[in-house]
This record gives sequence, C-alpha cells and structure tokens, in this order.
Amino acid sequence: MAGLQAARRAWTRACRCPAVGIAGVGMAGIGLASCSGGVLDPLGPVGRDDATLLIDATVVMLAIVVPTIMLAFWIAWRYRASNPKAEYLPYWSYSGRIEAVVWSIPVLTIMFIGGLIWIGSYRLDPFKPLPSKAPPLEVQVVSLDWKWLFIYPQQGVATVNRLVVPAGTPVHFSITSASVFNAFFVPRLGSMVYAMPGMVSQVSLEADRPGTTYGQSAHFSGDGFSDMHFQVQSVPASEFAAWVRSAKGGGPVLDRKAYAELARQSQNVKPYSYSAVDAELFGAVAMQQIPPAPGPEPGNPSHAGREVGTGGHD
Amino acid sequence: MFGKLAWSAIPFGQPIPLITSLVVILVVLGVLGLVTVKGWWTYLWREWVTSVDHKRIGIMYVLLGVVMLIRGFADAIMMRTQQAIAIGGAPGYLEPEHYNQIFSAHGTIMIFFAAMPLVIGFMNFLVPLQLGVRDVAFPTLNSVSFWLTASGALLVNVSLFVGEFARTGWLPYPPLSEVGYSPGVGVDYYLWAVQISGVGTLMTGINFVTTVLKLRCPGMSYLRMPMFTWTAFAASLLIVAVFPILTATLAMLTLDRYVGWHFFTNDAGGNPMMFMNLIWAWGHPEVYILVLPAFGIFSEIFSTFSGKPLFGYRSMVAATLFICIVAMMTWLHHFFTMGAGAAVNTAFGISTSVIAVGTGVKIYNWIFTMYGGRVRLSVPMLWSLGFIFTFIIGGMTGVMLAVPPADFLVHNSMFLVAHFHNVIIGGVVFALFAGLEFWFPKAFGFRLHEGWGRCAFWCAFVGFWVTFAPLYIVGLMGMTRRLQHVVVPDWAPWLYASVVGVAILALGAVAQVIQLVVSIRDREKLRDTTGDPWDGRSLEWATPSPPPFFNFAVMPNVEGEEAYWGIKLRAVETQQLSPEPNYQPIEMPVNSPVGFYTAFFATVFGFAMIWYIWWLAIVALIAAFAGFVVFAWRDVHEFEVPADEVARVDRARRAAREATLAQMAEEGGLP
Repeated sequence: MAGLQAARRAWTRACRCPAVGIAGVGMAGIGLASCSGGVLDPLGPVGRDDATLLIDATVVMLAIVVPTIMLAFWIAWRYRASNPKAEYLPYWSYSGRIEAVVWSIPVLTIMFIGGLIWIGSYRLDPFKPLPSKAPPLEVQVVSLDWKWLFIYPQQGVATVNRLVVPAGTPVHFSITSASVFNAFFVPRLGSMVYAMPGMVSQVSLEADRPGTTYGQSAHFSGDGFSDMHFQVQSVPASEFAAWVRSAKGGGPVLDRKAYAELARQSQNVKPYSYSAVDAELFGAVAMQQIPPAPGPEPGNPSHAGREVGTGGHD
Repeated sequence: MFGKLAWSAIPFGQPIPLITSLVVILVVLGVLGLVTVKGWWTYLWREWVTSVDHKRIGIMYVLLGVVMLIRGFADAIMMRTQQAIAIGGAPGYLEPEHYNQIFSAHGTIMIFFAAMPLVIGFMNFLVPLQLGVRDVAFPTLNSVSFWLTASGALLVNVSLFVGEFARTGWLPYPPLSEVGYSPGVGVDYYLWAVQISGVGTLMTGINFVTTVLKLRCPGMSYLRMPMFTWTAFAASLLIVAVFPILTATLAMLTLDRYVGWHFFTNDAGGNPMMFMNLIWAWGHPEVYILVLPAFGIFSEIFSTFSGKPLFGYRSMVAATLFICIVAMMTWLHHFFTMGAGAAVNTAFGISTSVIAVGTGVKIYNWIFTMYGGRVRLSVPMLWSLGFIFTFIIGGMTGVMLAVPPADFLVHNSMFLVAHFHNVIIGGVVFALFAGLEFWFPKAFGFRLHEGWGRCAFWCAFVGFWVTFAPLYIVGLMGMTRRLQHVVVPDWAPWLYASVVGVAILALGAVAQVIQLVVSIRDREKLRDTTGDPWDGRSLEWATPSPPPFFNFAVMPNVEGEEAYWGIKLRAVETQQLSPEPNYQPIEMPVNSPVGFYTAFFATVFGFAMIWYIWWLAIVALIAAFAGFVVFAWRDVHEFEVPADEVARVDRARRAAREATLAQMAEEGGLP
C-alpha cells in the first residue's frame, strides 16, 4: 500500500507545485483508472502486491523523469537564438564532470529498479503457493476455442466461462490449452499467466472479499477471441459450498464425448456448469492424450464453409 | 493450373476491402496513364527504376515508406473507430475476420513496410554523403534490396484484393498460425511478403556494414564519423546479426505449413514456445534497428540547430554500441507471463531496464548539446523537443513493463499498446518527420514551408497524446489488446477520447501533405542555393542541393570531427575557399535493371507460392536466378565522368559558396 499512498501524495503535491505537474497528469490517469475496477483496484493480495510494485517503480522513475523533462525545456528556452542574454559557447562539447553525472543518474536509477525487479520476481513468482492456513482450492483451467473451461477436481464439478471462488481462500490454478495460446487474466486478482498447449502453467491467486469481477484471455487466439471473457464471482465460503451443491444437482456430465463436442470451435458461449467431471480429463488434455482441439471445420455450424480453400471468403 | 486461386478469392461480398481495392487500382491506373500520356516512362526507367545511385534509392525507399505509412494509418483509423463503436453488445462495422486482418496488417505494414523503408531510406541517402564517398559498397545490390522490399509491400497490398491477410497478429504465433488453425492464405501472404523483403533488408545490412568499414574518405576515422552514420552502422550490425534469425524462423513455419513438418505444431513434438523465443530474438533488436538511426537523426538536429558540436560525442558512440549489444539480450521480456520462473524473469527484467542507461545518457547529452548554444526553434527542432518529452515517458512505461510482477498486470493490455506506440511514434516517427524536414532541401533543392510544418508537428504531438494517453488508462483498467468488441462500459469514454486523438493525428497528416504541396508551389522562394540551408556540420552539406550523382567532385580531406564545420571555419578565417583542385575523371557504376527484374520475379514467385501454383513458382525462381547469372557476367560495370563535367559542376558549387562567404564577411560571419 506504500505505493498507493505515495501516488496519492504525489497527486496532492502536483496540485500545489508545477514542478510535478507532469507527474500529476500521469497520476491522474492512474487515479482515474484505480477507481474503476482495473488492475489498480485489486481484490486480493497478489494483485495488490503487483500493483504496489508497478506504482513504486513509477514513482522512483518520475523522480528522475520529471526534472529531466523540465531541464530539457528550460535549456531549450534559455538558450534560444533570440535570447541575447544567453552566453554562446560554440566550442563547448565536453565536461568530464557532467559526463560522470550523466552516466550515474541512469545507472543509479536502474540499480534501484533492478533491486525491485529482483526482489519482486522472486516474491511474486506466479508458480509460488500463497501463504495460508487453509488448504488452497484447486482449479484446473483449459482454454478452448473460444471459451474457458474451469474444472474443480476436489468438488468434481466444472464450469464454462464462469469462475466461482470462495473469498479468503487461496486458489491454485493449473492452466493449459486445448488448442492455441491464450493467457488467463483476471485484472483485479493480479498476475496473468499463459495457457499453452501441451504444458501446464500455474498461478496462485486469492480474493480477500466477496465481489464480482471480469476475467478474459489476454493473448489473441483467433476469431472468437473477443468473447473469451468470463465472470469471476468471489463468494463467502458457505455460499461457495451451496453453489457446489447446486452445480452437482443438475447439468450435463463432462466425459470424453462431451469434451470432444465442447472442444470444437464456438463463439460467445454463455456460462453453464457440469454436474460431474472425468477426473483424468485435465491431465489427458494437458499431456495431449486427447489430440489437440480442431481448428475450423467445414462440418461445424459456427464455422460453416469459412476459410476452406477460398482464402477466407465465402 | 491456378492452384487454390479462384474467383472466390476476390472479396465481392465485403464492401470495405472491395471498394478500397478498386480505388487503389484506379489511382494506380491513373498514375500509370499520366506517366504514359506525359511520356515519362523513359525518364522513370533510366533515372529511377534502374538507378543504382544511393540518393535516388534512398528517396524511393522514403516514398515507399510514406505510402505504406498512409496505408497503415488507415488501418489504425479503422481499429480505433471499431473499438469505439463496438461497446457493450454493439457489433461495430468490422466483423472479427476482417478486424483481425486489419490489426495484423497494421503491425506488419508499420514495422516492415513503413518504418523500415523510411529508416533505410535515410541511411541510403545520408551515409555515403556523410562519409564523403560516392556510393555504397555494392550499388547494384542496393537496388536489388530496395526492389525486394517493394515486392514484399506489393504482396501485402495484393492480399487486400486477392484472398486475405493473416489474422494472427503481426507476429504469427503458432499454433494459431499453423495450417490447422489458419488454413487460409493469409499467413502465407505474411510469410512470403516478409521473407522476400527480409532478404532485401539483410542485403542492406551487409551493404552498409561494408560501406562504413571499407569506404570512408581520407581522414574519416571511426571517431570522426557523424553520429547518424554511427547509428546507421550500429543498426546495420544488428540487421546482419538478427535478420537471419527471422528468415530461419519464418522458413520453419513455412515448412510446417507447406510440407507438414513439426517445428512449432501442437503435436508430434513441435514446440510453439520456440517460435516465440526465436521471433523475439529477432523482434527486440528490430526495435533498436529502427530507433538507433532515429537517435542519429536527433543527434544531427540537436547539434546543428544549437550551433554547437554534439555534447559528449564519444560517450554517445559508447551508448550506441552499448544499446546495440544489450538489445540482443532482452527478448524474453515479451513473455514474462509464460511462467519461465523467477531467475529467468529477473535476469531479463534487469537486462531490459539496463538499456535505459544507454538511452538516458543520450537524452542528457542532447540536453547538454543545447546548453550554451543558439537554439533555433524551427520545425526539425520542434520535433526533437517533442521527441524528448514523448520518448522519456515512453521509456519510463517501458521500464515499468520490465518489472516482471508489474508486467503480469499489463502484459498484452492496451497499456502495452500505448507503450510501444509511445516509443515507436515518439522515437522513430518523430525522428523521420524531423529528418524529412531537415534533409528535404538537400534531396530536392528547396526547403519545406515552415508554417505548415509547425502545424503538422503540433497536430501530431497533441494528437499522439490524446490518442495514447487514454489507452494507457484503459490498459490499467484491465482492457487487453486486439479486442474486436468490448463488454465493459467503463472503458467507453477513453476509447472515444482516443478516436478524437486519431482525428487530430489525421489533421497532422493533412497538414503534412499541404506542406508538401505548398512547398512545391513556392519552390523558387524556398530554393536552397548554397547547399547548406541550416548551417550544417557534416559533409552532406558540403555538396550542392541536390547533390550531383557523383556527390563529391574531389574526395574531401577530413581533419577532425564535424568535417564540414571545420572546412567552413577555415574558409571564414582565411576569407577564401580552399584552392581549386585538379579535377580528375570519375568512375561511376552503370545503372542496372537487375533489381527491378529480380523483384518482379520474386513477386511472381511469392504469389505463386501463396496460391500453390507450383509451375509458376518454379518458372519465376529460375527467371529470377537467370537475372543474377546474366548480371554476374556483365562486361561493363562502370562509366567515366569526364574531368570537364566534374569541373563544371564543382565550379558552380564553388561560385555559390564564394557568394555566401562574401555575404557572411559583410554580416560579421561565423563565430
């Protein structure tokens, strides 16, 4: 939170002193963005730590950037050709002292930022589990063309395009893709991670408090990409249990046959849930025991005739 | 007979590409008709198409780049308006199949066919002049390079009318770009267009490395070379180092698509991550191939318009080479979010931010170049100051993205989009417009209109920030890139604001065109008779404007940094020019159609490969190769310019200089 406070302080300073006016513009943007449910309005600890680091790095750099910009404009104005008071030094092109300072300022700044990078990368490694007394909820994520499948192996249910998590419990996501690259991203929860075919990536995230937010693919994956967004609901633990019960109560079963149908390309899929899941399914997808999902097929109603040998025009 | 090519390849059902194509075809036919009616064919063929003069080739590169810049900007207008319309359930006017082609074409065109030709055009025009020599090391190869680049640009534009372009983004990541997920011809258009122009670029790199290493006028030691030449040299080294990676990577993807190999496929042991590593091992240095010459342009402008030598010249050279080397060690920051682990991310995060040391040093050196100067705030200088402001902010957001956990929030978001436009427009495009303003009189003999230039600058500067500041903000609000429609209503105001910015940028483009038209109309008033309209400091200003095809009647003899400034100082001190030299005949390379010929068949070859017309591909390949063989066996490769002709041209130049000197003596002269 130090960074958020620093941002606020910078904002109030900017109002008083024109020297940080430029910083003010940037901070105004950050401020506007943070009240509107973006990455600077985190719902949980991972997002908060990521955002703090983002803001800390920005503030450190603004401390150098703003004076440098002011210096550039001041010198250009001071030494304008029409200013007879400015001294003209037509041969002056070297000063060891200035050179030393000129190399030191960026070197020192980058050493500082390098420290942030080093510490931050280790502390916020997405594969690292979150510290917590409660055991984490396991969620297996499969990106498909063009929807998200979330499997809850401990509960034996699954959802499409809808992620329900209990507030206050860390969630450990195992992520793979059935077809092409995607990135699993819930802006208000923090760290995004790629979903890649034949590989399992991991991320641990947590929502502190109940709320509803927005998640989406952050890596372009084809024609239906824009609808690869999903609703994320963080609910109290009791409500989560009730939700699992109701999901188990009705809906289709996700076996290999249902998966094969789901894996075909489709766009703008409305959220729904599966009452039971083949326990081996995620592993079979990730290890490609089930072959990669098909691309555009002539027989697929959502893709009839498209792209087949005609250069994409019907 | 015609492979996959059929009438269905023409987009009869899609009004936007169809009408655009028809308009483009009509314009092209109109231009060709005009050339025929006016009888300009012979002139064009002799003086331009077959020219091996580096200045002519440079001008053609710039022309190509400007045309493609307009095409890429049209794509940008469509993307920004589509996103502003398609909010909360509205479909917009571009369906995904079309929108995805547009953003893929926008990136491909802007990098490969707008920025690269413009940068290489400046290198072509300036490097031999700044080195005090008469041409590049391999003049005919240079012509081949240009025409191959034009061939790639042509193929990209043909995709508008025949078939489709890639829908995979400007870097076609597999497995999406593999034949199973992208069975159309779009990715093939991308592959062959980029591959053909990439060969041209690699040859340019070889040409310029050789030119700088082997062809410098007497006294032009490495540490006397002008800063632009240094940066062009560094960019050429990077081209030679990394373009083979691009060629190999695209060749592997081509083998996957055409003959069913498995370099990057999902199955059979293919590894798509390898593509991402390889493409960025080329792609990140590519950014510096563009931006280093841009830094060179600004270095020339800051020192010329401050009336002072560049501050810390040696330090600038060091910073350039430092960036050149570190640029090849940062590629992984394009996929921190792939889960490579903390150690890898740390290493690449630090190597990335370390580049900011080199750029930071450069910025301070430019600032101290102005210190103690007489800063003339004319148009090139406005662009340069606009650059300092814009580029510093872009660099700052770049370092934010270099912090891996921060990148986890904004990778692939609109924040990233805003960042790289911030550095590429603020760095490269601003430099190119500054450079156009600065060297236009050298190329064409008259200056550009000052007022319209100022207008264009302010529109571009304000328009840039109104377009991209909102994109930074929606990026922080969680909006990812490449969305054909958006569902979060909170983003709408920022997307509207961005459209306003694009409109201002469009006004800037119009102002730029008006500037050109007005300047051509008033060219007699704006005529540069001295060859040195800005009180320049490097050797290109020692030639008349435009320079004779042999550049220098006599090779200059360089006695220090800033060669031409030294010559001018001596002339002012002694109140006379150096004594008239003993003119000798000059050997110059003869023009050659081999570049145009090869590129013609390369285009046919690419088109045939895209549409699986194998017989035509084989014929075109043999024909292109035959051109080389005939060229290699040529008997005459140089002709002699008689000493009288050299003397006549140079005496005219000297007369103009004498007049300037006399005028300066009256006015009190140089410092």
